Amino acid sequence: MNGAHDLGGMHGFGNVNPEQNEPVFHEEWEKRVLGLFVPVSAAGPFCVDEFRARIERMGATNYLSTSYYEHWLHAFETLAVEKGVVTKEELKAGKSFTPRGESMPPVLAKDVPYISSHGSSARIDKAITPKFKAGNLVMVNNNHPEHHTRCPRYARDKLGSIEKDNGVFVFPDTAAHGQGDSPQHCYSVRFDAQELWGSEASEKDSVYIDLWDDYLTLA
Amino acid sequence: MSDHDHNHDHANSRPLTDVELRVKALEQVLTEKGLVDPSAVDALIETYETKVGPHNGAQVVARAWTDPEYKKRLLINGTEAIAELGYSGIQGEDMVVVENTSNIHNVLVCTLCSCYPWPTLGLPPVWYKSAPYRSRVVSQPREVLKEFGVELDKNTEVRVWDSTAELRYMVLPERPQGTELLSENELSSLVTRDSMIGVEVLKTAESQGVSE
Repeated sequence: MNGAHDLGGMHGFGNVNPEQNEPVFHEEWEKRVLGLFVPVSAAGPFCVDEFRARIERMGATNYLSTSYYEHWLHAFETLAVEKGVVTKEELKAGKSFTPRGESMPPVLAKDVPYISSHGSSARIDKAITPKFKAGNLVMVNNNHPEHHTRCPRYARDKLGSIEKDNGVFVFPDTAAHGQGDSPQHCYSVRFDAQELWGSEASEKDSVYIDLWDDYLTLA
Repeated sequence: MSDHDHNHDHANSRPLTDVELRVKALEQVLTEKGLVDPSAVDALIETYETKVGPHNGAQVVARAWTDPEYKKRLLINGTEAIAELGYSGIQGEDMVVVENTSNIHNVLVCTLCSCYPWPTLGLPPVWYKSAPYRSRVVSQPREVLKEFGVELDKNTEVRVWDSTAELRYMVLPERPQGTELLSENELSSLVTRDSMIGVEVLKTAESQGVSE
């Protein structure tokens, strides 16, 4: 969707303001939100694409005026309700209204070292014929879907070259909406900065974007 | 305790904010349902607050600077080479390492959210997640780098990596001159988080005050 999250190339946000000696967290509640990611996504369950899609739908004004961990919190609440794990009323009351069920066991502290050091790759071990190969010139399809997509607006309708085939990955556009993994190749695609931003950009510079088969057409 | 007591931060004796109440409610409801074990939440916090951070990535960089064979493996298959040092996991499942040289400067961003290589760099700083950085570094990388104190020669090629998929990038910064005699350990202490994002160029050991 063409949401406020798709920031590449926008103006008006001012300078970058790095904080010196920034702590890992600024507030205690941010820690809880970070720590809840693994157990909540297991309880849903939900994948990272579903998570991102909920953040993107929180509304442009809301998205831009809230912090990173508030985005996460919004996605947790939305997905926990959508997946039937909790009700809105329970979240409002801060207590469960139904007895503890026979649900799957929660992530335990003893599982954390293994989970954090292994993660869960979106790579899919499946032989699928790639549509493109390194060196191919490709156009990014000029699509403006209302659903979740990882094709940034600034790359659409632009000419790039396939730098490298990264292999087969889950396709976010379908996975975000419970429509399956649609496994397909994902490539590193190189764009001249001038193709993206015009002649003001340096002819030396380039932007590399990871894009899936379905976003591209052979030029 | 009454509800009243629940809704105050005792350390600061102020009412909890709306966000704090929401976080508390979510964790409480899920815990009561047996879906969240708060000690697992504590363990995850501890992992990312104390164990996982840019010191991990710095070890990878120092190894690459001192072991040409390792560097070769790192640039060909970042995931496997980084796993050799034990820094794998969430948000680093598929790693790509890009090398800065005397005429190529790489810099990382995620314009769509804030993807970042957690196992090697830790959790991202606020500026990396902010709209100013995400909006501008793709279109005006040289200006943004200038704000970080990096002035690039006009002949240097700038490559911006927008992490739109599940690959996570990390910059292998150039080894500063004058560090030939330093050990791998000493070298790793020179490597900063920002140099591995690509918004800093490392200075010589001397100007960083490291004795040889």
